[in-house]
Amino acid sequence: MSDSSPLANLDSQRDELIRQINEISDFAVLREQEPLLVGKRSLLTTLQRTLGQIAENERKEAGALLQGARRLVEDRFNERFAELEMVERAAKLEADRLDLGDVVVSAVRVPVTVGHPNLVASTQRELEDVFVGMGFSVADGPEVESDWYNFEALNIPPAHPARGMWDTFYVDLGEPETVVLRTHTSPTQIHLMEAAVKLGDPRVHAVMPGRCFRRDTPDARHLAAFHQIEGLVVDRGITFADLAGVIETFTRAYFGPTISSRLRPAFFPFTEPSAEFEITCTICQGDGCRTCSQTGWIELGGCGMLDPAVLEAVGIDGSEWSGFAFGFGIDRCAQMRHQIADMRALIENDARFLRQFS
Amino acid sequence: MKIPLSWLRDFIDISESPEQLREVFDDLGLVVEGVEYTGQDIDAVLVAKVLEIHPIEGADRIRRVVIEAGEGPLEIVCGAMNFVEGNHVPFAPVGAVLPGDFAIAKRVMKGITSNGMLCSARELRLNEDHGGLYVLDELITPVIGQPLVEALGITPDVIFDISVEGNRPDAWSVEGVARDLAARLGRPIKSPVLATTNGPSTGEVARASITAPNECGRLTVSIIENIVVKPSPTWIQQRLSGAGMRPISNVVDASNYVMLELGQPNHPYDASKVAGKTLGVRHAVPGESIKTLDGVVRELARPGRGLGDSGVDVVIVDGDDTILGLAGVMGGDDSGVSDSTTEVLFEAAFFDPMTIARSSKRHGLRSEASARFERGVDPELALRATARFVEILKQSCPEIIWRSEPIDVRGQLPRVPEISLSAFDIERSLGVSIPLDEATRLLTAIQFSVKLDGEGLLVSPATARLDVREGAAGRADVIEEIARLYSYQRLPRRVPTWAEPGGLSKTQRLRRQLRDVVVDFGAAEAWTPTLGSDADFELLDSGERVRITNPLASEESVLRNTLVTGLARAWARNVERGTGDLILSELGNVFIHPKVAKAPRATKGGVAGSVTLELPEERERLAVLLGREEDDARTAVAFAVGIFNRLGVANVVLRTPEQTPNGFHPTRVAEAIDRQSGSVLGFVGEVSPMLLAALEAPEGRRVGYVDLDFEALADESRATRQATEAKIPSKFPSALLDLAFVAPDSVHADDIRSALQLASDEVEAVSLFDVYRGTSLGEGVRSLAYSVRLTPRDSTFSDTQIAKIRELLVDSARHLGAELRAQ
Ligand SMILES: [Zn+2]
Repeated sequence: MSDSSPLANLDSQRDELIRQINEISDFAVLREQEPLLVGKRSLLTTLQRTLGQIAENERKEAGALLQGARRLVEDRFNERFAELEMVERAAKLEADRLDLGDVVVSAVRVPVTVGHPNLVASTQRELEDVFVGMGFSVADGPEVESDWYNFEALNIPPAHPARGMWDTFYVDLGEPETVVLRTHTSPTQIHLMEAAVKLGDPRVHAVMPGRCFRRDTPDARHLAAFHQIEGLVVDRGITFADLAGVIETFTRAYFGPTISSRLRPAFFPFTEPSAEFEITCTICQGDGCRTCSQTGWIELGGCGMLDPAVLEAVGIDGSEWSGFAFGFGIDRCAQMRHQIADMRALIENDARFLRQFS
Repeated sequence: MKIPLSWLRDFIDISESPEQLREVFDDLGLVVEGVEYTGQDIDAVLVAKVLEIHPIEGADRIRRVVIEAGEGPLEIVCGAMNFVEGNHVPFAPVGAVLPGDFAIAKRVMKGITSNGMLCSARELRLNEDHGGLYVLDELITPVIGQPLVEALGITPDVIFDISVEGNRPDAWSVEGVARDLAARLGRPIKSPVLATTNGPSTGEVARASITAPNECGRLTVSIIENIVVKPSPTWIQQRLSGAGMRPISNVVDASNYVMLELGQPNHPYDASKVAGKTLGVRHAVPGESIKTLDGVVRELARPGRGLGDSGVDVVIVDGDDTILGLAGVMGGDDSGVSDSTTEVLFEAAFFDPMTIARSSKRHGLRSEASARFERGVDPELALRATARFVEILKQSCPEIIWRSEPIDVRGQLPRVPEISLSAFDIERSLGVSIPLDEATRLLTAIQFSVKLDGEGLLVSPATARLDVREGAAGRADVIEEIARLYSYQRLPRRVPTWAEPGGLSKTQRLRRQLRDVVVDFGAAEAWTPTLGSDADFELLDSGERVRITNPLASEESVLRNTLVTGLARAWARNVERGTGDLILSELGNVFIHPKVAKAPRATKGGVAGSVTLELPEERERLAVLLGREEDDARTAVAFAVGIFNRLGVANVVLRTPEQTPNGFHPTRVAEAIDRQSGSVLGFVGEVSPMLLAALEAPEGRRVGYVDLDFEALADESRATRQATEAKIPSKFPSALLDLAFVAPDSVHADDIRSALQLASDEVEAVSLFDVYRGTSLGEGVRSLAYSVRLTPRDSTFSDTQIAKIRELLVDSARHLGAELRAQ
């Protein structure tokens, strides 16, 4: 390349730019200088425009050289930019520092704000209270479960077609499809019975509320996460009549004296005999309307006598003890009571929605 | 399953109204999801011939059609394209009212008057087909102007859409539903007409074998000759349509008819395409594949993802060992019946339910056949179903020949359990005594066999009831059948009692209290998603995350390990809506990956719970986001201190943490530490400005944040409670001392407060009331002013007493490096 080439001093020009960049230690200055260093008004951009003057046979090579220089300068600029930005951010945060140990609490004046309990949480509480009044205790359980607790101990063996009843989210742990987000609160039953057996007294009288998950695209009537409350009684001499009595007592206590319950046969792997329980339609009080498809009844949940296979899985002697379980949706109770047209409002957390409940 | 009432009537006399039947079905556990009335409101529809079809200028979706329906040519504007001149189609004249209260009137479109409507099958509620007009020429010999109901022999019908429970394989058929109904109504059930064989022996021309006896319990093969493939008679087509299946040809229709009516999935092959007229059932071996009817090539015998799925596939092969189908799931696309078929090789078999369930799941392939086999098809049904198939086929081909002695090969069939049942067993389960002769009557009505056995019964289920198990479980199954047929609604109710009182645990009461406190302080309680995206959490650099293998969307693929993202997002959305002047709170679980958790949860897992799994640590946290205009770290501190006070957690100090907790502002955060136990109870401060920027919150807006560890709060050894002993306030007047100290920044204001508190028994309360920094004090120090309330125990204070205590106070602060500030 001849000395008269516009790129004759490229190396030193490049080094000079890098030196300038290195010298800047203030983020604001660097930003201010950006156009001159690497931008539209920079030396390298000016040189770019002179490429046209170079003989065609040398132009490609010159272009490559210029590109190489530009890359070096830009890389350095970007590095410096990040360094100084971090310094700047740290300085800003430092300037913002507040030792919270020095906060004079009595001097903090906050406006009075009226709070609002969450609808689902207060519905859960109300349901718990009804059952506590009937002599139940309340038990909690984890949301991530093994296949054993969520399915197999509940008499739903691997690949059993009944698994199709639950659209399951699998958790990426262990062997494939062995850890799940619980699809129902029923695994807590197993935990409770196992714990009771360990203590040598298999009796359980408990309800188990909690969050569950189903892999189902949310719509106005379903959410992928939802809340269930499940009941479990294990004792001597417990029969289907006790189950039906508990369901009826609960129904009247929670929904009111004009609402009653009825049971009809259904299938759940963990209970036998099993039933679905329906309550008088709360919209039409049983006269028949669109909500209840003119039947006067709406489905609320499932229930049944503990299946002998479940008792066996947890080591309870089914010839001495018997029991029942039932379960239904907490969100659904809230939906019914407040005629919530779109369940997605429950997870939207719009202040205007939240403030309706007290 | 959709069941036409007319079809049920083949099996049982019914006088009940559809509404009454619906109640009976529901009470039997055959839940009716919908009732549909068909063949009604179409009396006015006539058979019309299409004379001419003309395009309409400026419209390519509609055409002008001239028809003849008996009263001279009429012009109709029609949008369907599936017919040609000369076809016969249903015509609804002006004035007709079609199903769904659809009144036909004269309409003018593009300047052309349409004098009625040409109809699709769906518009007439005859079947679901809406691909075009219901062209009649293939179905009947049309007569112009004849009422359609007459031409097709349609009678009004009622279709029950019944949801069949997983333990009722038998009810997935018209006959099964009729059997339940007959048992409940106490009426006899009629058997369908069955054909008998009328040809030479099957064994002369065909062969069958089973080499997978555990998976295939039975394989029957029949040869049916002299077939002419053509459309089925209208009544068969209507039944299939009513049951939701599309009519195709007489052979396919008869096959479907039998499956719907009796519950036996089956397969008619074109016998000429089956090498050696031989069927075999064997295991597929790795490397084999099949192209199923849906056009997909499927690799066989590969282990599945699910627990215990070793990848067993069973295939049907012909005499050349060519794979014809995936047994019990779906056929291949080569050997089916076509228009030229004259001889059918008919297969009806029994396959092991679990094998079919696994195959079907592994290949993501569900068919009418697999859905039935995986629940369990009656192993004794195959030949009866074949006889019914031949009988139905005879309706269109009376000349067919069914070779005698159909081939019937057996593998391993499920054992029929024998269950002992006493009157006590029934009462012990149902709480009512149902006499054994009543139980016997109910069970025999659904074809259970019942024998007397001493005081009790020995019961064997109907062969169609593979759901009934052995032993105690089987006893429960049988008792459910008795209860079901007896009617759940007749069973008694009783409210049980037990000695133990119900109630909440201490932790549960505290959880409620905490929620109440937070709401009392002004928070609106939110519910934010448990599942978030990587991007949500990467922002906070919160390390290893727990993932979902099969998320619905990538935004919901990671289990949250903090509540801050969800709450901050909910708040930011409210800000956008102009409703962001609020406090949001949430009490919920966060999930810590077992690799990084301090205490991963060990639990039973694997097949039969035989291994120990490490699951995520689930921590319950209370988060409060203070998003009102004036909120910042200070209001967060006041909020947190208020919570601690209300819970009686008496002695908490806020210190700068060594590491910034997730989601917090790095220089405006403190950890709340219980003085006595040293436990961290949570964090207080502001939301990270980076997170706020990512959520496009208003620039410069501060957001207070409190994040408390619920388990720590609930644990009284970690969150030390105020003494339970009540103190009686002194009757003597108190003295107030204001003391200001100059303390280096390294000395914690609360440490001084605590030292002052402990300096003398007379100190009743100490509170910080002012913090001052100024050049006059020097760098690295500040003035902390405390108000100290002194209360004497036994007598009024003297000045010297006060002076002495003041000295003690000043000394105790000095020990920490704080000097009394010069006045
Ligand atoms: Zn209603």
